[in-house]
Amino acid sequence: MTQMDVTPAAQAATPVVAGVDPVIEMRDISIGFGAVQALDAVSVRLYPGEVHALMGENGAGKSTLIKALTGVYSIDSGRIVVGGVEREFGSPAAAQEAGISTVYQEVNLLPNLTVAENMLLGREPRRFGAINVRAMNRRARATLEGLGIDIDPTSELGEHPIAVQQLVAIARAVDVEARVLILDEPTSSLDADEVAKLFEVMRGLRDQGVAIVFVSHFLDQVYEIADRMTILRNGKLVEERMVADTTQLELVKLMIGRELEVLDRIDRKVSARTADESGSPVLKAIGVGRKGSLEATDLELYDGEVIGLAGLLGSGRTELARLLFGADSADTGEVVIGSERRRLRSPRHAIDRKVAFSSEDRKAEGVVGDLTVADNMLLALQASRGWLRPIPQTTRTRLVEQYLEALDIRPRDGAALMRNLSGGNQQKVLLARWLITDPEILILDEPTRGIDIGAKAQIQAKVAELAAQGMAVVFISAELEEVLRLSDRLVVMRDRRKIEERPNDDVSVGDVLEIIAGESREEEGSRG
Amino acid sequence: MAESPTTSVSGLQRLLRHQLVWPVLALVVLLLVNVAAKPGFFDIRMQDGHLYGNLIDIVRNSAPVLLVALGMTLVIATRGIDLSVGAIAAISAAVACTRIVGAADEGALTTAVMACTYALAVCILLGAWNGFLVSVLGIQPIIATLILMVAGRGISMAITDGQITTVHNNTFSDLATGYVLTLPVAFLIALGVCALTAVLTRRTALGMLIEAVGINPEASRLAGVRSRTIIWTVYAFSGLCAGIAGLVIAANTNSVNANSLGLWIELDAILAVVIGGTSLAGGRFSLMGTLIGALFIATLARTVNNIGIPSDLNYLFKAIVVIAVCLLQSPKVRSVFRVRRPGATGSSGSVGSAGSATPTLAKAGRS
Repeated sequence: MTQMDVTPAAQAATPVVAGVDPVIEMRDISIGFGAVQALDAVSVRLYPGEVHALMGENGAGKSTLIKALTGVYSIDSGRIVVGGVEREFGSPAAAQEAGISTVYQEVNLLPNLTVAENMLLGREPRRFGAINVRAMNRRARATLEGLGIDIDPTSELGEHPIAVQQLVAIARAVDVEARVLILDEPTSSLDADEVAKLFEVMRGLRDQGVAIVFVSHFLDQVYEIADRMTILRNGKLVEERMVADTTQLELVKLMIGRELEVLDRIDRKVSARTADESGSPVLKAIGVGRKGSLEATDLELYDGEVIGLAGLLGSGRTELARLLFGADSADTGEVVIGSERRRLRSPRHAIDRKVAFSSEDRKAEGVVGDLTVADNMLLALQASRGWLRPIPQTTRTRLVEQYLEALDIRPRDGAALMRNLSGGNQQKVLLARWLITDPEILILDEPTRGIDIGAKAQIQAKVAELAAQGMAVVFISAELEEVLRLSDRLVVMRDRRKIEERPNDDVSVGDVLEIIAGESREEEGSRG
Repeated sequence: MAESPTTSVSGLQRLLRHQLVWPVLALVVLLLVNVAAKPGFFDIRMQDGHLYGNLIDIVRNSAPVLLVALGMTLVIATRGIDLSVGAIAAISAAVACTRIVGAADEGALTTAVMACTYALAVCILLGAWNGFLVSVLGIQPIIATLILMVAGRGISMAITDGQITTVHNNTFSDLATGYVLTLPVAFLIALGVCALTAVLTRRTALGMLIEAVGINPEASRLAGVRSRTIIWTVYAFSGLCAGIAGLVIAANTNSVNANSLGLWIELDAILAVVIGGTSLAGGRFSLMGTLIGALFIATLARTVNNIGIPSDLNYLFKAIVVIAVCLLQSPKVRSVFRVRRPGATGSSGSVGSAGSATPTLAKAGRS
């Protein structure tokens, strides 16, 4: 990753706003899905020859905005003006026709076709009705050369690394003579060299007058490449800013905002609970890392303490949690649980050592929708026992009743289908799934995301209670207030590594924001 | 069949009624068509202490498909499919018959028992091979089992030297044509395996874990489910079921033709599973549904003869009936029916189908 810099590294002249008309102007765009207002009167301007970053946390409305611009969603109200003419795109094809091209996070090209075929798919040069392969290759080569990408257009796309495929996707987008190029998280799976190459191509396009929309969770990259940015939060426009005039701290504050302290009643006295750090840690990560997701990281966890992992999306907080549990296998380092030192290869190993992990992606990685609430609750325990030793009926009933009651799960009916429950209740069932296995270490990744305030408070209270009883907890949340309220120790992640670890005494949200924004680098330096 | 002894009785009944209403209805309609064509269709007479009649023939003929379909149900529930069952049936028959023929005392009871045991052990191994390809090597089930589907025919040809092997062993013949307590042995065997499967899946936790893996493999992995063992088990079990089916088929003619024994039975079995309401996308399965599906297919075969469909239109007729049944079960078609009775969803006190119960539950959950 490029070296951090307090002043933006983007040296390129910022586009002169006055006197140049925006190539696209989206004005007061609103889109609702049922009761949810995904976008609420959001306005964005794109000027030719600029890189425009779209900033915001999860659910801020970035992708909805992009989909509105590219004709995937139709807008409820507002106007889209392209080159001075008001337009409404009924389909992605219509948007592309108007010169708006999109490259999505996952490269959606065809790996078994050649580079040239991918670039010109659907608009191949033809001759007597047949595809003119030579003309196609010639045209592809010219486009690639224009972008400074040195690959053979006749080679098969799948042979190239993801980064090159990403560049081909951009070349394809550019070939349609794009006036606007939208790059949605193009760097999430690239390493530093590949990012540099991508930025080179982006700068080239910008200088040719293309307006580039750049979405990334990496602040340093935004500061390196972007000229201007639009910040969204909860479907609303926060502000449009020049990157050069905004410090990273300001940006993070704008993105995260301050939520009302509705939950203050869970006033946890941090001082009342003193974690026993004199003994040996129950869990210790030594240089655990994985290519493309986390740099080598150390972490120690003691009985009865809550470690709060803070950081933006993509900072490595989820990645670290997954490596601690063996949900992904680490490339480097090892996890010591208790006194046993070994490389975790599957969740099974971690579960056998009394580790529990609740994924941030409740739907895809937690809920088994078509099974009953009771089966969902007992899944992890049953999996530990193996299929030959079913849980006795009386035990089943007792456990299910007990946790329906303890976590206030509604409906209070173990026979209800899991998919019919609300998000908050599903989350409680998943928490119960793990508590039933009687873990010593509990890793909770975003356990309160997207659930109502009542369920949130109940889950937080439960976590505090468990820690008080001696459980070691790793708590991850995008909401800093929540992390600060619950944790004894605070670990801050940024750009796929741990940048700060400190006891949580008198740490304010502002302090954490500063750390996330990278403005306390002297501590980071001394950490070695 | 004990569908699930774990859920509450009322919930179980409601679920059962909801799931099986269409397959049962289809079966009943098909039987009524037969009665309309030939009023004496349901007649059953007693002769030499055995029951005879169309219905008895149907249950006996349903045995091979039912056996194969039971194993297939579990495989499909894990999001897999087993195309090799026909070939495994042929291998099973070939192994058993060649061992009987080669035995010192061809007609003895022990010869038959030993030969069948040996054949079934081979089939479990073959099933485990499929399971290995799918769960360890990660090959797509359709491809992994296609290997044995093709190679298995060759193996059974090699075992029988390409000859039609004929056996003379009364115990072996009884597998298909014998009667116990007035009922055909073949059907009793199939019913027994059906009961065994039910116990295996619903009295242990196997059924729940199979469903969990089929519904959400990643969530199951993160919950610590050893999905590799589960998948291995279901393919081995499918091999065993196919092996038993092969023995029953061979016993029916007292011979094995490696080329034709069990040919296309995998398709009938898959059809039985689907008609029974188990989704090919994996997840929840219904053994009772599979039983009804197998009976439906056997009835359909009998119907073709009974109502006098010309033999050249045989397949076309079957196809049309199957399409009709599948359409009846598709959620889209069913939702058309559901929309027509909006009044039913309002009163939650009535015995609602799962469809009408859904919004009620969801609301209760959010409150």
